Amino acid sequence: MRQLTLNDLAEKLQLDFHTYPLEAKEVTGGYVGDLLSDVMAHARDGQVWLTIQVHENIVAVALLTNVAGVIITGGRKPLPETVKRAREEGVVILSSKLPTFTLGGKIYRLLEERNALVHG
Amino acid sequence: MKIYGRQCLGKKAFLELEYQMEGRDFSVAGTAASQIKKMLTEVGFEPEIIRRTTVVAYEAAMNIVIHAFRGRLLVHIEADGIGLTAVDEGPGIADVAMAMQEGYSTASPSIREMGFGAGMGLPNIKRHADGMAIETRVGEGTTLKAWIICKKG
Ligand SMILES: Nc1ncnc2c1ncn2[C@@H]1O[C@H](COP(=O)(O)OP(=O)(O)OP(=O)(O)O)[C@@H](O)[C@H]1O
Ligand SMILES: [Mg+2]
Repeated sequence: MRQLTLNDLAEKLQLDFHTYPLEAKEVTGGYVGDLLSDVMAHARDGQVWLTIQVHENIVAVALLTNVAGVIITGGRKPLPETVKRAREEGVVILSSKLPTFTLGGKIYRLLEERNALVHG
Repeated sequence: MKIYGRQCLGKKAFLELEYQMEGRDFSVAGTAASQIKKMLTEVGFEPEIIRRTTVVAYEAAMNIVIHAFRGRLLVHIEADGIGLTAVDEGPGIADVAMAMQEGYSTASPSIREMGFGAGMGLPNIKRHADGMAIETRVGEGTTLKAWIICKKG
C-alpha cells in the first residue's frame, strides 16, 4: 500500500460515490469543516474534505482548494444540483453513514498506517 | 494556452477579466473564482500566488452575491502581480472595522445554513492579499480592492 486513493478509502470505509474520480488521485490528508470560508482558507491540495454541507456551493470550494474529494457525513446525501455541478466540474463527491468524528478518526488511522509503511 | 511561466506576460502586457453577478447567484460567483484560477494557472503563476488570489476572488465574489443586490468583479493580471476590484450596488457597510473582525456577520439564517456567514470572508481577504481597501456608502454600495504582489526572483 504505497498510496492511499479515494477508491481505497471508499472500499475500506464503505463510502458511496455520487460522482467518480477520473484518475486515481492520492489522498494526502484531510480537513473537516462546515463553514465554507474556513475550508477555503485551510483545506489543501490532496486532502479529503469532510462536511455536513450538501449544497451546490461545496463544488466551487472543492474545485478552488484542489481537494481530492468531498465526503458528506452523517448519512446525508448531496442535493441533485450538487451532483450535477460536481460531475460537470470533475469534483468527486462521496458520502458516509458515519458521523464526521468517527469517519475522520478512521481516515486518520489509515493515513498513519500508510505513512508508517512508506517511511518505515 | 501554453505554460511559459508568468514572465511570458512581458513587462507591459496585462490581462483583464470581468464578471457580473446578481445577488444570490452563488454559482456565477463560484464560476468566476474558478475561471480566474484557471487563467492564472495557464499563465504560469506560482501555486501559492494562485491559491492566495483564488481565496481573495472567491470571498470578494461571494460577498457581492450574499450581501449586495448586484456587482462586478474585475481582475487585472500583470507579471508582477494581480489586482482585484469588487464593485457592488447594495446596502454598504455601516462599520467597516466591525465587519473586518473575524466572526462578525450579518448573514441571514438561510444563508448560514448553506455554510456562509462565518464572518471569515473579509479576514481571509486581508490575510491572503498583500493589501486591501474598502470604500463604502450605506444605502449605495461597496468597492473592495485587493492586490497580490509577486516577489522578484
Ligand atoms: N459587499 C458587501 N456589502 C455589504 N455588506 C458587506 C459586504 N461585504 C461584507 N459585508 C458585511 O461585512 C460582514 C463580514 O463580511 P465577511 O465576508 O467577513 O463575513 P460573511 O460574508 O458574513 O461570512 P463568510 O464570508 O464567512 O461566509 C458581513 O456579514 C456584512 O455585514
Ligand atoms: Mg463573506
